[in-house]
Amino acid sequence: MTDTLLEIDHLSVDYETGRGDLKALRDITFDVNKGEIVGIVGESGCGKSTLISSILRLTAPNTRFREGEIRFKGQDLLQSSERHMRELRGADISIVFQDPMQTHNPVLTIGQQMLDIQHRSKQSKPDKLAHAAKMLGAVGIPDPEARLKQYPHEFSGGMRQRIAIAMALMSEPDLLIADEPTTALDATLEVQIIERLQELQREFHCAILFISHHLGVIAELCERVVVMYAGAVVESGEVREIFHNPKHPYTRRLIECDPGHIKERARVLPTIPGEVPDLANLPGGCIFRDRCDQAMARCATEVPPLDQLKEGHHAACWLNHEEVTT
Amino acid sequence: MSLLNVVDLKTSYGPVNVLAGVSFTVQPGETYALVGESGSGKTTVIRAIAGLAPAQDGSVTFEGQEIRGAPERVMRPLRKDMAMMFQDPVGSLSPRLTIRSLITEPYRIQGMKDKDLDAEAKRLLEMVNLPTHFADRYPYQLSGGQARRVGVARALALEPKLILADEPTAGLDVSVQGELLNLLNDLRERLGLAMVIITHNLSVVRHVADRMGIMYLGRLVEEGTTETIFRDPRHPYTRCLLSANPEPDPDARLERIALKGEPPSLLKRPSGCEFRERCPFAKDICTQTPEWEVDGGHGLRCLAPLS
Repeated sequence: MTDTLLEIDHLSVDYETGRGDLKALRDITFDVNKGEIVGIVGESGCGKSTLISSILRLTAPNTRFREGEIRFKGQDLLQSSERHMRELRGADISIVFQDPMQTHNPVLTIGQQMLDIQHRSKQSKPDKLAHAAKMLGAVGIPDPEARLKQYPHEFSGGMRQRIAIAMALMSEPDLLIADEPTTALDATLEVQIIERLQELQREFHCAILFISHHLGVIAELCERVVVMYAGAVVESGEVREIFHNPKHPYTRRLIECDPGHIKERARVLPTIPGEVPDLANLPGGCIFRDRCDQAMARCATEVPPLDQLKEGHHAACWLNHEEVTT
Repeated sequence: MSLLNVVDLKTSYGPVNVLAGVSFTVQPGETYALVGESGSGKTTVIRAIAGLAPAQDGSVTFEGQEIRGAPERVMRPLRKDMAMMFQDPVGSLSPRLTIRSLITEPYRIQGMKDKDLDAEAKRLLEMVNLPTHFADRYPYQLSGGQARRVGVARALALEPKLILADEPTAGLDVSVQGELLNLLNDLRERLGLAMVIITHNLSVVRHVADRMGIMYLGRLVEEGTTETIFRDPRHPYTRCLLSANPEPDPDARLERIALKGEPPSLLKRPSGCEFRERCPFAKDICTQTPEWEVDGGHGLRCLAPLS
């Protein structure tokens, strides 16, 4: 019996477009164990959203799953019936979206919305309302019974995001997907949300797949990190390994670029020059090579494999390969 | 003479007292940052300076000229020297205009008919490191970072003396964020620009601002040089904000000072010190109203300051 909850196994996903197939995800492999917090870091266009919608099987009509499996508790979700997916969504797997202002229905009270999502439960209405109030209390909303009668616009952004978390956790899911849940919030509220997620994770023992481009938040919250670039995993490993001993130039540069990392006032901040390659017309070799300051001849011709460098630490870069072979 | 002088600026929307008296000055070539949580009034301050939001009381002088509540006839020529960068990079560009029209619109509005608009568009795009063929594109064809740079190009078109920038790096990827800040720093040195920059990203403030003001419920609670504020914050709110900045290091165990709850409603401002209900360091004396006190260029509104 393994402790693995979610296995993404060599997943490749394309979007069919007028310009040809857009290779949104290529050969993605990583696991999430039960009760673990895994962070996914990556910039715009790295494929985070495609990955989430693939796990939930809520993809756009032009999506093609080319290869690979997404196994949840051992079962391949890509082969599951729509009915099975509906049973999973919101019950075993739930999600908190990025924008707390648009997550809730503006014309229904919070209490009504929290009742609606318990439609599978056989409990009585008062019991469901009591459960809803308990969850609001758990995410730190004061006076939850009275608040259930209020509409979304009567709450601040930080409160709405906490309500979204309460709603996602109501069914005690095994996996919570958090898609940039703090990006729209102030630093002080961001910290409150992170601390709340940590507490709730300890209380409910759910695994969290936490997607963010904010390295500070990832460093603080996650146990393991997956770094994505232009639709591929370039590095994955334990959070300390990734931040203190990055083995892919992209990870290293990304950490260097974070202004939070630079304590002294700098006249010129480090950047990663260049742009993400066109996914409909992928260059051969390593996808990062055009922006990489350590690119070699080999990088232009051969795609580097995601090697295991040490227990649990993987990186896709020829620089490490030299080290491994010599 | 200060370039911009804001004195006791007040704005209310009906009973909602958004700005309860804000004062600060900006010298030529200086970058001043306004920081604070959502709803602290940062955006209203710069919109009121630019004449885009009402201000019922107080004074705003730009190069010695009073401009609070000035009619459009007075403001329009001044907007040549005072440009605004809006918070939403794509939303602030009209979807039906090409990038060329967007960045040369300021010349048309100011009636500068003698300008060669094609040449100007090329010059501006080069200045912000965008390829010149972008002139023929529409906003939907740009990424967030590129749209930001178009916003910078448009703000710089008329070579202003002051830029009012509302969250210029919000929503940008880390690798692009540095690029934009470098661009602003570089232009500031070359053109001698002054800037008022609004952000809640404190890591950004450290790298661009000379001085900073911390806002809470429509008032400044602390002001000083960026260096002093980061090294030695005196107001508990400032200390809380600084400690709430997650570090990109899993081993950094911050001495985080938890801020209780959320900002109170502007309709129900607390008595005494308005921060006292959330303040982890509040004392009995804080039921009295603190005054703004300045000591050696460092302003503070607190009766129980931290040492």
